[in-house]
Amino acid sequence: MFLLQVLYIFIPMLAAILVPFLYKSIKNIHTGWFVLAVPATLVIIYASYIAKVAKGEVFQAELPWIPSLDISVVSYLDGLSLLFSLLITGIGSLVVLYSIFYLDKHKEKLHNFYVYLLLFMSAMLGVVQSDHLITLYFFWELTSISSFLLIGYWYTRDASRFGALKSMMITVGGGLMMLGGFILLSIMGGTYSIRELIVIAPDLVGHPLFTWSLVLLLLGAFTKSAQFPFYIWLPDAMEAPTPVSAYLHSATMVKAGLYLVARFTPIFAVSELWVWLVTGVGLLTLFWGSFFALKQTDLKGILAFSTVSQLGLIMSLLGGGAVAFHVNGAADLVFKFAAFAAIFHLINHATFKGSLFMIAGIIDHETGTRDIRKLGGLMSIMPLSFTVAAIGSFSMAGLPPFNGFLSKEMFLSAMLALNEFELFGFDTWGALFPIVAWIASIFTFIYSFYFVFRTFAGQYKPEQFPRKPHEAPIGMLISPMILAAFVVIIFFIPNLIGDTFVKPAVQAIQPFLYDSPSAIDIHVSAWHGLQPELFMTIGIVIIGVLLFVALPKWQGLYNLFPRSLTFNNAYDKIMQGLDVGLYRISRLYMTGSMRHYLLYMFSGIVAIVLGTLFVKDAFSISFEGAAPIRSYQIILIIVLVIGTATTILAKSRLTAIIGLGSVGYTVALFFVIFNAPDLALTQLVIETISVALFLLAFYHLPKLGKREERMRFQLNRAIISIAVGVMVTLIALSAHSQKLIPSISKYYKETVYSLAGGGNIVNVILVDYRGFDTLFEITVLSIAGMAILAMIKLRMNRKEKAHENK
Amino acid sequence: MIENVLLLALALFSVSIALSLYRVIRGPSMPDRAIALDTIGINLLSSIAIVSIVLQTKAYLEAILILGILAFIGTIAFTKYIERGVIVERKSND
Repeated sequence: MFLLQVLYIFIPMLAAILVPFLYKSIKNIHTGWFVLAVPATLVIIYASYIAKVAKGEVFQAELPWIPSLDISVVSYLDGLSLLFSLLITGIGSLVVLYSIFYLDKHKEKLHNFYVYLLLFMSAMLGVVQSDHLITLYFFWELTSISSFLLIGYWYTRDASRFGALKSMMITVGGGLMMLGGFILLSIMGGTYSIRELIVIAPDLVGHPLFTWSLVLLLLGAFTKSAQFPFYIWLPDAMEAPTPVSAYLHSATMVKAGLYLVARFTPIFAVSELWVWLVTGVGLLTLFWGSFFALKQTDLKGILAFSTVSQLGLIMSLLGGGAVAFHVNGAADLVFKFAAFAAIFHLINHATFKGSLFMIAGIIDHETGTRDIRKLGGLMSIMPLSFTVAAIGSFSMAGLPPFNGFLSKEMFLSAMLALNEFELFGFDTWGALFPIVAWIASIFTFIYSFYFVFRTFAGQYKPEQFPRKPHEAPIGMLISPMILAAFVVIIFFIPNLIGDTFVKPAVQAIQPFLYDSPSAIDIHVSAWHGLQPELFMTIGIVIIGVLLFVALPKWQGLYNLFPRSLTFNNAYDKIMQGLDVGLYRISRLYMTGSMRHYLLYMFSGIVAIVLGTLFVKDAFSISFEGAAPIRSYQIILIIVLVIGTATTILAKSRLTAIIGLGSVGYTVALFFVIFNAPDLALTQLVIETISVALFLLAFYHLPKLGKREERMRFQLNRAIISIAVGVMVTLIALSAHSQKLIPSISKYYKETVYSLAGGGNIVNVILVDYRGFDTLFEITVLSIAGMAILAMIKLRMNRKEKAHENK
Repeated sequence: MIENVLLLALALFSVSIALSLYRVIRGPSMPDRAIALDTIGINLLSSIAIVSIVLQTKAYLEAILILGILAFIGTIAFTKYIERGVIVERKSND
């Protein structure tokens, strides 16, 4: 039974395997109908948990994955994960239903679409239910990848591919940061389990890695939840099919970052940095998104910026929820609203934004355009869509009698409450919070009106539409209508929603405040007296209406904002700069000239070896045990030096070859005086052959460019050559001076006859003691021989072939 | 006594090798160099013989013989190269 709970996560993934077969074999029925069964079933399954979870129970199941590394898939259902699971499966069902009517079963590659969508659903369920850090990361990246696939669904369009790549770069980049944060967390806590980390959270605060893990984890959350300044991928992700935008980019994936922040609040809330970052970035995003939403002309663009802004709102409220940790008796103060408001608005946002996206899709589908400048006067033609859009927009603007009103009131209460606490300087900077929030709410109001009235009111201009507009089929309208119904219903029964869903989730976020969901004594009421937030709302409405009426007069101001200062431009420049810069850097050192590479290698060797000698203090010279130097040895060395110098300084190549030959013969002579007859023999023969080969090569040099001139002197090469020589000398001297272990040659000397039955010790070593080396040296020689043969023969063959081809 | 004489001989051979080497390097024409190389080979051969007396070993006899052969072959090859421009001639139909 418990194991089943983990398997529920994988149901969509398993169903995804069947989708292509269904698509190929059953052509008459839209594949979406089969897919619809999956989230619908899951909704029912998760709904069965509601009653128990609302009482404060939690459910946990574990599926071992790599037990030796302590990695397993842990499904942990408490208020927070259950809420998200229900959102994912519930809105998932509606989106699948909508997509059945939105995507044409003949023109579209439905099997791709539903496979990606189901994959995403599994990944998202995994993210919100995982109690194990590593599997949480696994599912997290899976959402990034499936989102990438879904955004690039119409992969023949440039914009889709650009948007997909951009979202992939940003979210995966953030995901990697988050992985770093997770690993640091697990190092600090010694466990991968989030629950266990929450228990030991007080011990983690003083750890030196604490701040790093905090920042890295927040980077992951901010990139995923499109916070400032990482929001830029979300507007470009609007190239995805509308069901995808509605599902991923309003209700589920972009809330993964919020989930992460909420889930880790009990661990990090202790830190002031966390509070500041989450609240500050959230508010900045809220303002930024709402401000620039009005600049957009694309319906989905407006919605994307509005999503960014609303996510910022929820993020700032989660920050407020973390402040509660620092306030004694926060459960009795007005301040307790923050986390509650965050979760409540999260639900509300999922309902109204989902429906608005679907309406935008319907308008696109029925009129052929999403450009708000071409739209207008659709009210009488598409009355149902208009109703839904109006409900959604008014809720987004925060008007009664819609759920957005309730959450906005609570938001303002929480922001006002933040102002009242003299906590880490909130008394000075905190005053800004409600003001920024209030201004952002005004802009939210304006763009909500802008969205609905520019589309549906005004003049009807049929000649501007690519298609003749008409009301959408009822099937397409079912999903947005259900969501719009929720928008209204939640307004009238907020406490039912609050008790069943929000309170258990709040308890998961703020375990330091409440022992059980029933301990949370928050009662949502539409009318709570003449509080300051009510006047703020009235102010929002009045100023919002005034500004909206005057919108045509000042919307042009947005064009004054230079394109070069936007974050999109920065992203483009960074990507381009990386491309060009890295190319230039590679070109700088990868010259294609062998000489340069040799210079790098030799200087590298010298630096490493001499550096090691120096650092390890291994350098020493001692002539103890050295043999006396004889006069003829000196003469031979002089000859050797002259030969070498001749080779280097020679004017003609022939002289160099002869100089090299003389060096070889002198070396043979050295072998003689150092008692190595076999070596001397071999050296003589080999030297002769190689000189002959050199002469052969010399003779075949091409006439052109065969300028006989002395090698040019170059200082850097000279320095490196000298350095290499010095290095080898030093190493040889040091090695000779510090012999630790006696040689094993004594053993050979004693046993060469008794064991091997030979007199020539060198030959016995070569073929008896260590015959393996000889075997492979023979192999090397034969390979070389065959290679030379092949080189000569094959080149001729190719020439012949080239001739034939002509 | 005999040791010193042998060492002196060795030194003199080395000097003669050095002198021949000078000829190899400077040697205005190719034949000069070929002859000088041949001389170096013979001198090497002789000094190896002396060395093997000094070291009192018979192990270098092969080296002496090989050197003799190589010096001969090398000189022949060199002269043939100077004369004809090739060392190994091919049949005209090859």
